Amino acid sequence: MTLRQLSFTALLLALAGNAFAGVLPDDRADVLYHLYDGGGVEIDGPSILVRKKAGKSLSFVGNYYVDMISSASIDVVTTASPYTEERTQWSLGMDYLRGNTTMRINYTSSSESDYDAETISFSVSQDMFGDLTTLTLGYSLGDDLVSRSDDPLFERDLDKQSYSIGLTQILTKNLISTLNFETITDEGYLNNPYRSVRYADGTSSVGYSYEPELYPNTRTSNALGVRARYFLPYRAAIEGEYRYFDDTWDIKGHTVALSYIHPWRDYTFTGKFRYHDQTGAHFYSDLFPFSEATNFRGRDKELSPLQSYTFKLKGSYEFLNDDGNKWWLFKKGKVTLSVDFLQVDYDDFSDLRVVAPVGEEPLYSLDANIYQLFFSFWY
Amino acid sequence: MINLLTEYGSTKRILLALLIAMGLSACGPIEPWVKPYERDKLADPIMALDGDAVSTAYIQHVYEAREGARGGEGAAGGGCGCN
Repeated sequence: MTLRQLSFTALLLALAGNAFAGVLPDDRADVLYHLYDGGGVEIDGPSILVRKKAGKSLSFVGNYYVDMISSASIDVVTTASPYTEERTQWSLGMDYLRGNTTMRINYTSSSESDYDAETISFSVSQDMFGDLTTLTLGYSLGDDLVSRSDDPLFERDLDKQSYSIGLTQILTKNLISTLNFETITDEGYLNNPYRSVRYADGTSSVGYSYEPELYPNTRTSNALGVRARYFLPYRAAIEGEYRYFDDTWDIKGHTVALSYIHPWRDYTFTGKFRYHDQTGAHFYSDLFPFSEATNFRGRDKELSPLQSYTFKLKGSYEFLNDDGNKWWLFKKGKVTLSVDFLQVDYDDFSDLRVVAPVGEEPLYSLDANIYQLFFSFWY
Repeated sequence: MINLLTEYGSTKRILLALLIAMGLSACGPIEPWVKPYERDKLADPIMALDGDAVSTAYIQHVYEAREGARGGEGAAGGGCGCN
């Protein structure tokens, strides 16, 4: 840890000194099954999140998460072979409440055959002005190791840091809002080691060839997000979200979302529409004019200019009400099913599965369905 | 022009009032304008901004893998999970 990081952590802890009276999160356990299915990729697995208080000022949280990946995506189909992979992630955290101040620390470890990541996070929240305002400062430090499954000697480091500040504000008795600003810096190996760029090559029978992509070694991004949720004149809520994003790779993004939440008896239904629009990275190209045409080059479709659309439907049923009667250890229980329909339209990423003259291939579009089923218990 | 001047004058008055209000508020504690007994609707579970953390973290991870933008919405998990 550098002196600058230590100073920042010390500042966070010092800010936590003033204290009055806050609230720790509920004791709760969630068991979730997730399935992503689209674009030739299937990813599923469990996520288990358990939170438990210890005394009046401590709360512990643990999460175990697995991605089981079976990929024959367009990148894989056009430049490599389909593969299966498993990523396991676990995290442990602690909240310490002192008066109106909550301090949090969290450690996360993620592991797969060719990528390991460790992240440690700190944050401090302070409730102010009669608990109408909550100010949160956060910092996280990530240490990743990138390797290749086909080259045991290949290892590259990637360091990540995140600085965030958030403000949650009760505006009226029906309206709550949040404002978040986050800066993330990356330094190290940012390529995907398996991906390639395409360049025009008259000597090739298809008119183009591939070479490894080469990214800059640094990236700094800024994101500013705002959300507001309003309690309607009848018992239902509406939420609006907006996020502005930019980074040193010249990606600029706008994301907007609108949600409607409607309870009925023991059920709660949510509908949400989300739209994201971004420009491409300055070193991105679908087709470079020749080999090593630029200092940096990439053809990851996520760095292409694109628009994504998501329509979410979510329903939950509270099968155990919080009416004072317990079932075994639990005072409340809920089951939730959620489906997201995701469509991504790429403005500069060709579908090379279609045979066409070089540069005239149709643009690629991705459709995916994302399912979540989870049980939640309060105790 | 008269309208513009009038509007400019009223803007100045509003700004002056805001500055006075901010100055006064700096002299004493800010009174909560939504009292604790008026927060029953805000305490309703349908008003929870992050009601299901396990689900929010998962869907943020999906978007970070599929789009070039990141951050500004709270923390998501590490690792790659690409392709």
